[in-house]
Amino acid sequence: MSASSDVGRIARAHANWHWSEIVFWCLTLACGFLFPSRYLIMTDIVRLALFALSLDLILGYAGIVSLGHAAFFGIGAYSAGLLAVHGVITQPVLALIVAGLVAAVIGFLTSFLVIRGVDLTRLMVTLGIALLLEALSERFSNITGGTDGLQGIEMAPVLGAFQFDIFGRTGFFYALIVLFVLFLIARRIVHSPFGLSLRAIKNNPLRAAAIGVPVNRRLIGVYTLAAFYAGIAGALFTQTTQLASLDVFSFERSADLMLVLVIGGTGYLYGGLIGAVVFRMLQEFFSNITPEYWQFWIGLVLVVIVLVGRARLHRWVLFVPNWIIRQFGGQKATVAVSEGEAS
Amino acid sequence: MFVRSHLLLAAGVVAASALASGPVPAQEVVKIGLIVPMTGGQASTGKQIDNAVKLYMQQNGDTVAGKKIEVILKDDATLPDNTKRLAQELIVNEKVNIIAGFGITPSAFAAAPLATQAKVPEVVMAAGTSVITEKSPYIVRTSFTLGQSSTIIADWAVKNGIKKVATLTSDYAPGNDALKFFKEHFTAGGGQIVEEVKTPLANPDFAPFLQRMKDAKPDAVFVFVPAGQGGNFMKQYAERGLDKAGIKVIGPGDVTDDDQLKDMGDAVLGTVTAHIYSAAHPSAKNKEFVAAYKKAFKQRPGFMAVGGYDGMHLIYAALKKTGGKADGDSLIAAMKGLAWESPRGPISIDPETRDIIQNVYIRKVEKVDGELYNVEFETFKDVKDPGKTKK
Repeated sequence: MSASSDVGRIARAHANWHWSEIVFWCLTLACGFLFPSRYLIMTDIVRLALFALSLDLILGYAGIVSLGHAAFFGIGAYSAGLLAVHGVITQPVLALIVAGLVAAVIGFLTSFLVIRGVDLTRLMVTLGIALLLEALSERFSNITGGTDGLQGIEMAPVLGAFQFDIFGRTGFFYALIVLFVLFLIARRIVHSPFGLSLRAIKNNPLRAAAIGVPVNRRLIGVYTLAAFYAGIAGALFTQTTQLASLDVFSFERSADLMLVLVIGGTGYLYGGLIGAVVFRMLQEFFSNITPEYWQFWIGLVLVVIVLVGRARLHRWVLFVPNWIIRQFGGQKATVAVSEGEAS
Repeated sequence: MFVRSHLLLAAGVVAASALASGPVPAQEVVKIGLIVPMTGGQASTGKQIDNAVKLYMQQNGDTVAGKKIEVILKDDATLPDNTKRLAQELIVNEKVNIIAGFGITPSAFAAAPLATQAKVPEVVMAAGTSVITEKSPYIVRTSFTLGQSSTIIADWAVKNGIKKVATLTSDYAPGNDALKFFKEHFTAGGGQIVEEVKTPLANPDFAPFLQRMKDAKPDAVFVFVPAGQGGNFMKQYAERGLDKAGIKVIGPGDVTDDDQLKDMGDAVLGTVTAHIYSAAHPSAKNKEFVAAYKKAFKQRPGFMAVGGYDGMHLIYAALKKTGGKADGDSLIAAMKGLAWESPRGPISIDPETRDIIQNVYIRKVEKVDGELYNVEFETFKDVKDPGKTKK
């Protein structure tokens, strides 16, 4: 009895909000007011963060590697685009949910293929599904607009009140609210018994099965959920840019997403968000300096990150804040990162 | 938990510092946002345009009508959503007076609503789909349309005894334009299309398509691939032995782009194309342009470079005409009807459609001083975009 109550207590303790999380969201919101001229890139980051969050759900919690997550992003993007072009559902929020559900349905159907294999098989299967969808949307260019993209997407105001403006203000806050709501849901889910059982499966599927966790059903569940999230991210993309073209399915999109999680780390939900911020900022920074060779510098930074390791980089990044804190609070107040805690 | 909480803070700090670069007030400066693909599939287009813009400014100075010209170069990596975001940021943050560039049609489309909304002229220096200029009253084009060259090569083919043609076009708007206009004129003249293939824009592996072409045994293949893919096409055309089977290549001149022509090998000899520019165009203006370009960038300019060069000329000339007034409506009004001598020959902007009117030349690939060139042998004067004259 005491063991299970222990588990419950620890789980609850983990589920509590840490102060740094509150700071993070406050900072994010503050960005919205501090940098009114940068709404577009920030919207881009928010979309990428949501997309990365979606991959983190399956990769970080359930251990499913995917190189084709853009499949669901693309389905969401085209669903939202087609709904808007044909005037089926003009209300963005509703269209967003419908697009997410469409992606979830495809996610559910393809999950049976994905759970059959292990890592390498899964990489291939997910990659294949994304390529398949890309080829299909190219083939049916009368519906999707092919390489030229879906033309004539016009979005109705959000909730009938907030028109998408040229500064991207509405788009940013709309995307941020969607991200926050979905983050809350994801946070609730990963701390639920369902989320804990996913971790058990990730650690050892055989043992998880032995203690009575229905492994396949759980994996199908989380894969469908992740597809829903990716679909929403895709729909956000279409709604905020009013564009949808073939590259929503592109391999680069899936691969970039992996990089985002490599930078940010997996299995704690914030990895995708932080990774998205860092990745896009690096891209923006380097492509401003050298529009021609920015990819080289991104590559270099990624290699450094992987070789040196995140934990040690954090220590360097924190050197200045630590130094300042030391000046004010003495030696004891240092917020050193212990080596063993690399996640 | 420690690592994570600090990571959160660190991310916040990075974000804050990177975002904090604010806009600069623009007074006596006219800013041009140049959005072109510098990486990705169409990188060669972007590089040529960027070079040409630099060259034009070197030759003509960076002040016009008392205003300093500032060009802000952005790479859209050949992705239309990037183009749109960059255009939007340039307009909103940098307060650019003009947006220019646009390597592919989808990019030009993506930026069109912004041009209309912000009343900022969009100077299209590359993309060649007919309908682009109809997407916004603020779009002006200094490149070409596929209709211009495709109709003319079709008429030429009919006249020169080519009866059966297989077509290979890139499956996106300009490719479909090229196919449509070619087919109209070619079949109207009694020609027959025996095989029609469309290749994906993003995956230019032509080998399987070429085999089908070869089996169809046409007199010629009509080819449109975007600038930058011509070299690859010609290589595979030779590898599959189509040149030896006596199947000629005809098409708009994108396939024998000067940018890559030099390295295409002898298989390309005798290819006949209709196009707006050849580096071998025999005019003093062009000789001077080619020499300056070669000197500055160690390579031959292609038609994309000329599009960029003329785009800059258009902007300069319009500013001179308005006396430095740089608002969208004045600039567009000034651009309409402008005519000048470009390296490609005489050109003008149609005041009705804001599209370019120019000569189209029929050229054959020949060796000049040991190097491959498109040698012009027939000229069609002042060709308008057929996509609009029909209406």
